[in-house]
Amino acid sequence: MTKKYDTPLLDELEKGPFPSFVTEMKKAAAKSEMAADELGLLEKSFRDKVTYWKHGGIVGVRGYGGGVIGRYSQLADQFPGVAHFHTVRVNQPSGLFYTSETMRFFCDLWDRYGSGLTNFHGSTGDIILLGTVTENLEPLATVLSMNGFDLGGSGSAMRTPSCCVGPARCEWSMIDTLDITYDLTQEFQDELHRPQFPYKFKIKTVGCPVDCNASIARADLSIIGTWKGPIAIDQDKVKDFAKKGVNIQEEIVNFCPGKCITWDGNNLAINNSDCLHCMHCIAKLPGALKPTPPFGAVMLIGAKAPFVIGATLSWVIVPFMEMKPPYEEIKTLIRNMWDWWNEYGKNRERIGELIIRRGMREFLEVCGLEPTPEMVREPRNDPFWFWKEEDLEKKPWEEFLK
Amino acid sequence: MPYVIPDVVDVKQRKTDIGPPHYKNFLPPVIQKNYGDWKTHEILSPGLMVHIANSGDKIWSVRVASPRLLSTDTLREIADIAEKYCDGYFRFTTRNNIEFLVSDESKVKPLMDELTAKKYMIGGIGSRVSNIVHTQGWIHCHSAAVDASALVKVIMDEFADYFTTKETPNKVRFAVACCTNMCGAVHCSDIAYVGIHRKLPRIDHENFKNLCELPTTMASCPTAAITPDPAKKSIKINADKCMYCGNCFSVCPSLPIADPENDGVAIVVGGKVGNLRKPPMFSKLAVAYLPNTPPRWPEVVKATRKIFDAYIAGAKKHERVGEWIERIGWEKFFAVTGLPFTFQHIDDWTYAFKTFRTSTQIKWVK
Repeated sequence: MTKKYDTPLLDELEKGPFPSFVTEMKKAAAKSEMAADELGLLEKSFRDKVTYWKHGGIVGVRGYGGGVIGRYSQLADQFPGVAHFHTVRVNQPSGLFYTSETMRFFCDLWDRYGSGLTNFHGSTGDIILLGTVTENLEPLATVLSMNGFDLGGSGSAMRTPSCCVGPARCEWSMIDTLDITYDLTQEFQDELHRPQFPYKFKIKTVGCPVDCNASIARADLSIIGTWKGPIAIDQDKVKDFAKKGVNIQEEIVNFCPGKCITWDGNNLAINNSDCLHCMHCIAKLPGALKPTPPFGAVMLIGAKAPFVIGATLSWVIVPFMEMKPPYEEIKTLIRNMWDWWNEYGKNRERIGELIIRRGMREFLEVCGLEPTPEMVREPRNDPFWFWKEEDLEKKPWEEFLK
Repeated sequence: MPYVIPDVVDVKQRKTDIGPPHYKNFLPPVIQKNYGDWKTHEILSPGLMVHIANSGDKIWSVRVASPRLLSTDTLREIADIAEKYCDGYFRFTTRNNIEFLVSDESKVKPLMDELTAKKYMIGGIGSRVSNIVHTQGWIHCHSAAVDASALVKVIMDEFADYFTTKETPNKVRFAVACCTNMCGAVHCSDIAYVGIHRKLPRIDHENFKNLCELPTTMASCPTAAITPDPAKKSIKINADKCMYCGNCFSVCPSLPIADPENDGVAIVVGGKVGNLRKPPMFSKLAVAYLPNTPPRWPEVVKATRKIFDAYIAGAKKHERVGEWIERIGWEKFFAVTGLPFTFQHIDDWTYAFKTFRTSTQIKWVK
């Protein structure tokens, strides 16, 4: 029998239709002293309206600089089961697919070495195993490795890359998000497992501009599938949607940001040269419209949460890149930007912040990229800017005024 | 793959840097066969969709809610259900839902019946509320200003019928971040909650020199409020500049900022990540502060109801919350929701001037 705490406040969160995390904690608490004390500690937090966790400590496994986050309670005397309650990050399979057998392996593993509490998944995408003690880390990592799994990233490292469901179960995926994620993860194992950067670096790959993995909002490098061909139209299916009550004019034509669709009640026409590739018409008329090749990806850089300069969304650095194995072009690009960031980045400075500090020109030159209008919303509006000596020698007007 | 957990583990035999297993090991045969060759999909009910391949093959996905924090007991139950109806194949969505992947149509209904009998919440597909992405909160984080799982639970309870049955004009994506570090994508969600502090960090001068690094601590401050205090081998905080973000505490444990009486929740609205129609948008401040009132935060639920109901009543089909607000204007948003507009709503940080209205285009709402 594990220790039992009265949890009148948490019990209130077992009411209502949505599955209760408190019920999950109680299930684990029935089998694990660690989980029982975690439940007792949380009730105390609810009573006192404050967290009782200490700052993370440094723990890990041999050969790795991350993957485990040390976690200690401030109230170890009162709740000895959570004196040590470390988090283990395990690199998830691309697309978050599992089999029952695999899931039972994780359950057996975590009942033996941890609290029995997990997160499927953490925000970055890893399998999160919540609550273990330092001496369990080496055997745990060994058993993971024996069974084909490995730790994820933490600290100032490349974080575990993640992706949307992609071509596994989506007709709109224009790049192989699962394969790109798997390939880049394998390519950069050293950068994933041994923190060597100024700060974290996240890569998220999605198959189309719908962005089901929030890549543009939370990845330092956002890889977003897109297309260059015209949108193929199945007129009969469009008419079927109209018959079923979709108001094509209101719901499709009027919402088009490129104002490039017309509908005469019988025929849908798209002026593809004005298409912004936003996916609205395609997503709202599934099966009737579809993107056509060439397929590739837009590369964007720099998204992050607010600290320190404010939240940023990723911005375009490569408007279109073909994404074919072995993905050498993207790997070279990543290596080039990492070298520059490692050289000039300050401690805890994300790559986007460094670009803002030193300018896009330097970043683009380091990456071997030419400036293009797709990179900006609009050109600058103040009348002073940098010239380099080499710029002064050039006479581009002799070319563009010919 | 047969999995093994030996009684005696020889840690010296461990291989490093093997990376994750190949994803193909976990894909159902129908997905392996039709990988990258899907034709279309149809949403059959709020928690059921079918994907149809160019070959004519089909796969049905049944989606259920999950609190993300899962015990091994529940995971085993999910594994058993998947084995019974899905040949063992299932997945998670990026918003922490569980999807059972059914290859045999005759098993779809029995699966949904069993899930209903076991009180799983089926739904979340299409234009409705989906699961909430969130952070660790008081369960497992030192910097949480609010609990995260509890907010998820009370909001999902309140809007459960919009997950299981009812539709919204477009998807409504909620998110919870338990502090301004924002480990969840709160800054780009339709309606989101962020834990905030409202008072200065307390400086533990005794321990600062042992635990913290001066340059890192100074550099962590977004408003340059931290300066050295050489006499004490510690720092000073300029109270006029500090915005209580807590980033200094992230790098220095000697600057605790958690405060049971003054911490609480802000609500931000109108963000999105997709490129459909309008470009991705940031969330903006709707409610600057609501108190921490565990276990069910009734003030947060009530304020959310005001925003949610106004959106349902006012948005055109396909408009996300941010698109609806952009169309009606912020003066109208505050009028129709009845939320007060305060000093806190007007930006006074680095790029504040970008948010000031530099035009005479105004809607009269009163």
